Amino acid sequence: MTIIEAERHHQYQDLPRLMGLMTGDEKHGPAATSTLDALWVLYDRVLRVGPERMDDPERDRFLLSKGHGPMAYYAVLAAKGFVPVEWLPDFGAYDSPLGHHPDRVLVPGAEIGSGSLGHGLPIAVGTALGLRAQGLGEPRVWVLIGDAELDEGSNHEAIAYAGPAGLDRLHTVVIDNSSASHARPGGIAARFEAAGWSALTVDGRDHEALYAAFTAPHPGRPHVVVARVEPKSA
Amino acid sequence: MDTMRDRFAPVMTRLLDEDPRVAVVLAEIGKDGFTEARRRHPDRVINIGIREQLLVGAGAGLALTGLRPVVHTFASFLVERPFEQVKLDLGHQDVGAVLVSAAASFDWPAGGFTHMAPGDVALLDTLDGWTVHVPGHPDEAEELLRQAVAAGDDKVYVRLSVQSNAQGLPVDGARFRTVREGRAGVVVAVGPMLDAVLAATEGLDVTVLYAATVRPFDGQALRRATEAAGTDVVLVEPYLAGTSTAAAGDALADVPHRVLGLGVRRRELRRYGTVDEHLTAHGLDAGSLRERIGGFLSASGRPRP
Repeated sequence: MTIIEAERHHQYQDLPRLMGLMTGDEKHGPAATSTLDALWVLYDRVLRVGPERMDDPERDRFLLSKGHGPMAYYAVLAAKGFVPVEWLPDFGAYDSPLGHHPDRVLVPGAEIGSGSLGHGLPIAVGTALGLRAQGLGEPRVWVLIGDAELDEGSNHEAIAYAGPAGLDRLHTVVIDNSSASHARPGGIAARFEAAGWSALTVDGRDHEALYAAFTAPHPGRPHVVVARVEPKSA
Repeated sequence: MDTMRDRFAPVMTRLLDEDPRVAVVLAEIGKDGFTEARRRHPDRVINIGIREQLLVGAGAGLALTGLRPVVHTFASFLVERPFEQVKLDLGHQDVGAVLVSAAASFDWPAGGFTHMAPGDVALLDTLDGWTVHVPGHPDEAEELLRQAVAAGDDKVYVRLSVQSNAQGLPVDGARFRTVREGRAGVVVAVGPMLDAVLAATEGLDVTVLYAATVRPFDGQALRRATEAAGTDVVLVEPYLAGTSTAAAGDALADVPHRVLGLGVRRRELRRYGTVDEHLTAHGLDAGSLRERIGGFLSASGRPRP
């Protein structure tokens, strides 16, 4: 317990070291850390979750749909005490719970397993519907996807449904590192808006801007935050 | 006679009233039967539109929150189109659901191949942990639906069809049932194939087992039947021929045996017409079955027990 309690005092500046335990390198390219700031702001200031309430029906649900490159996610889960720091160096090993794509059965705090793109948002829609059906008014549902992940048509089934259905507890964070091969500037927010979502686009490295976008009111509508970071190819 | 599908909405409407865990997820198909249920349970009768990836994904999300999702559309759009969602959103996420399909292998022959799913059970066979019910009568469908919903967080597939036997049998959701006993072969009739199998084997000295639940495959029952009837086995399935051949082979792995798997052929017919015409085209009418079963059994070179 003392180890876990100590780990809960990790701060943002500790994350590169935690990621380094997985990669053997404290310098990470933008692609490896594209999600880092959004994840940190969510877990540090927005999500009502914690290692002591992983089975609490009233907790918020955060679904990492973009499961590729999960080092930042594992680092944040370790920093917040969900995952022991000692697990990190074995990242990807046969006996490690921490694979190159997360598995909810193995990773404490992971609400879904991911890896194949385009699954998180439809599952998040069902999660929001399930919470509503049980009269659980408090929990919010968050799903993090990548801009190229939006290529997958399953997302558009979910986006087109959630807006007209008024699923206002549903939140999507799109990490936009310009990795889609075929994209139009502004196209991401426009597609959500066309389906009736509330949409904000912010600098994905600016913690205050992220926090403001994450907590902006959006009555009666699901909400998307497009977090723009350095292009993957840069 | 009403159809299995006619029973679906009334049964589910009662289960929605009785069990607050139950949620029905639809993709337009079948929604008319749920008008009253939706009025009573607006948050647990969910029509997500013509979106089958979302249909299964949302079902998984409901299950993650603790509900018991019952997910319904035609078999081709429930198992084949969103197969990766079935594999990952349910299996890999380690949550359960009841998938209830309609239209089966060729319930609507005039609708053509786009609405036929003879491969649904074979596809589910690539996955772990699925219970597969293939009722042979609307009464059996009703009972198996109830059992499927009550099966904790299991993954259960219920395959509804307009094909039906004249009479329903008691079904326990697990075991094969001995319908006829003989000494010169075992014929396993799955779901709505029973009447045709009984007609086809009239006067033949064979044991007929009836399977309304094919997964898990009741290998013990098959094994027991072969003790008196020998190890020549014919499987008659209302979906892709040979789907259960491997399961029968596993049950008899340590004894010499022969297995003939009859069912829907792979080759696309490109014909419309009626269910009976399709049964005949696939060699599944009573006359064709008698010829094929009789030929197989008479070709056996081994002495009978």
